Amino acid sequence: MKLRLVEDLCSGCRVCEMVCALHNRGEQNPKKSAIRIRGEFPVPGKYHILVCDQCGKCAEVCPTGAITRKDKAYVIDRDECTGCGLCVDVCDGKTMFTHTSEVAPIKCELCGECVRLCPRNAIVDLDGEIVAPK
Amino acid sequence: MNGYGGKILRIDLSSGHVRTEPVPEELARKFLGGRGFAAKLLYDELDPATEPFSPANMVVFAPGPLSGVFLPGSGKVTLASKSPATGGYGDSNMGGHMASELKYAGYDAVVITGAAAKPGYILIDDDRVEVRDAAKYWGRGAIESERMLLDDLGEDFRVATIGPAGEKLVRFACVSHDFGRQAGRTGIGAVLGSKKVKAIAVRGSKTIPLADPKGVLAKGREMFEACFSKPGFKEWTPYGTAGVTDWVNEVGAFPTRNFQTSFFDGHKEINGQRLKEKILITDKGCFGCPIPCGKYSRTKGFAGSGREKETIYVEGPEYETIALLGGNCGIRDIEDVAYLNHVCDELGLDTISGGNVAAFAIECYERGIIGRDKVGRELRFGDTGSVAYLLEQTARREGIGDVLADGVKAAAAKLGGGSERFAIHVKGLEVSGYEPRWAPAMMLSYMTADIGAHHNRSWAITHDVATGRDTLEGKVDKVIELQHTRPLFDLLGVCRLQWVEIGFDLRYYEEIFPLVTGWKYTWKDLLMASERVWNLTRAFNIKHIEGFGRSYDYPPARFSEEPVPDGPAKGKYIPREKLDSLLDEYYAKRGWSKDGRPTEAGLMRLGLDGVADDLARLGRL
Ligand code: SF4
Ligand code: SF4
Ligand code: SF4
Repeated sequence: MKLRLVEDLCSGCRVCEMVCALHNRGEQNPKKSAIRIRGEFPVPGKYHILVCDQCGKCAEVCPTGAITRKDKAYVIDRDECTGCGLCVDVCDGKTMFTHTSEVAPIKCELCGECVRLCPRNAIVDLDGEIVAPK
Repeated sequence: MNGYGGKILRIDLSSGHVRTEPVPEELARKFLGGRGFAAKLLYDELDPATEPFSPANMVVFAPGPLSGVFLPGSGKVTLASKSPATGGYGDSNMGGHMASELKYAGYDAVVITGAAAKPGYILIDDDRVEVRDAAKYWGRGAIESERMLLDDLGEDFRVATIGPAGEKLVRFACVSHDFGRQAGRTGIGAVLGSKKVKAIAVRGSKTIPLADPKGVLAKGREMFEACFSKPGFKEWTPYGTAGVTDWVNEVGAFPTRNFQTSFFDGHKEINGQRLKEKILITDKGCFGCPIPCGKYSRTKGFAGSGREKETIYVEGPEYETIALLGGNCGIRDIEDVAYLNHVCDELGLDTISGGNVAAFAIECYERGIIGRDKVGRELRFGDTGSVAYLLEQTARREGIGDVLADGVKAAAAKLGGGSERFAIHVKGLEVSGYEPRWAPAMMLSYMTADIGAHHNRSWAITHDVATGRDTLEGKVDKVIELQHTRPLFDLLGVCRLQWVEIGFDLRYYEEIFPLVTGWKYTWKDLLMASERVWNLTRAFNIKHIEGFGRSYDYPPARFSEEPVPDGPAKGKYIPREKLDSLLDEYYAKRGWSKDGRPTEAGLMRLGLDGVADDLARLGRL
């Protein structure tokens, strides 16, 4: 799958943040999600969706080889990660997120949950593997 | 405790002292959170002699046990205080992203007391809590200062602010958040202003403990999917609350020209369709909401404002604003209503009371009770300039605005000349967007709401229309049922519109509550907590207001003496004897005395033994 973001449809609800963290980390905590919503208010009045586009630069710089490609996503082996932060620095989109209580950063691994739950169809799967129109 | 942040944060501005304490489990078990915590803390800790603007008054921010949790609409926080509008219990709920953020920072209640020596703002960054200098934000608009604070602190803070109206102690000043969400009612913005608090900025990074995280994930998903499958999901959302405008008008319940009548012939120019066609930019929702009712819009200054060429951004107008700044002021242009909405938002004025106050002044002017010399200009219904002028004067307490800033009840007392008749309020709180002269259940809802004439405790107009508007039969039961169900959402810290507007099933809340908290509460148990709080806030008013009782539960004379002059409700009103019969039945069914006071047995049944003792000691049981 490949994420396509339709920011104009986003209403800023952050359901994506919640489900990402609860599904992948088992925690009720959007600060542990791999996707973030930023509002731009009062002008011009829109939302931005920040999530990894699987460019793979992080895997190139990881000194322990903790980041590898699995199917279409780059995934972090959280046991191998030392928390050096090189991947965070190199990420152009600033979508490699960190949390003070986690050693490894948090990135999108294409689980598809946000596609299934986004009430606005603002996140869709370009490859059509997950079809969840509301 | 699962479902809770776990702590109460106390900030005393006079001493600068900050401390936290664990949330007592008994408090959570009996009062759940949100409105329940706020009411209990205010009841227990406020001396009846406390004036709303004295440093001893408290402002409580309280999210609920379901706030911030993976389920639809989990983003509502209750703000509460002894109200400067009514002198009694005041609260108002607010959407956006404040409820969830407080929970992620670990707090189920923030209690602000005292008063700062100079303007400050409160910064809450997880465990770090500071009162910081706010000189650079003081005097600025509510929206403007939110933007400035985010620029200064970082985008991941969530900020609530007051505007100039709160600073000037306007008794219906609101608290603003997320560029257009407000805790609008009961004047809590003015209480913050009296404490010299310009803003509260919160950032939280913690995990809310859940009794069964996998269960919440599964149930939350089921709840979201149930919302997606409702027809209203697609039909209601594009217009949000504004979509109801035509219906309210068609049934003759639309506040028009200071509630002189209940039908507005300009409604098609200010309804949801017009909003969508002419000014909408994007839908904007609260945390966790699948059906964003927020309509973010673009407008311009009205002709003659000097701002005709400017692009002005505003969230809204939502229905209440359309009703009170639109119909009630006679404004028949959605762009102008949006502009007035923006004026209120920046000034930090509640649009409901703001629209009432402006309409009151215009009616007094037209009837010659206040003259041009006193006002400084001509006033007319339907004239956007008149309304904008009145709002601005009020927020700055200049000229006639200084009188209006105390709300219609106090303003009428000051102006005299028979103006009491045109002051449309209950208990000092101006009436919201449903003209109740042909809606007995709605009328009773306004009469008996703890904070004064507000619809959110019981929105019964649809029940009136469905079950017959000329009969009183069944109305009391419905109002009591709604007064338990609807405020329960405020105890839980979630939005009720998924249920109200798209028919989302109430059983889901009962199903997810144990997964979140680990407590096996039934729906009945939850409603019981809500009933407990209903009696507690009644007791608060009895304790704090000398002579409080039945006489405080009557609507303005206009509603019981003047027949609606035109429109679908032509000729309708609810005479005093019918109001009395509603009240008699209501008190009896609540187990209250004929004067509207809870009884000892009733309070004991609800586990409010201490309250019974208090009232007995005061001789008010
Ligand atoms: S696809 Fe999965 S991992 Fe990626 S942002 Fe969405 S929910 Fe998170
Ligand atoms: S779930 Fe969809 S609409 Fe909601 S914030 Fe995320 S991308 Fe936007
Ligand atoms: S329905 Fe409206 S008020 Fe309720 S959560 Fe959604 S956006 Fe917020």
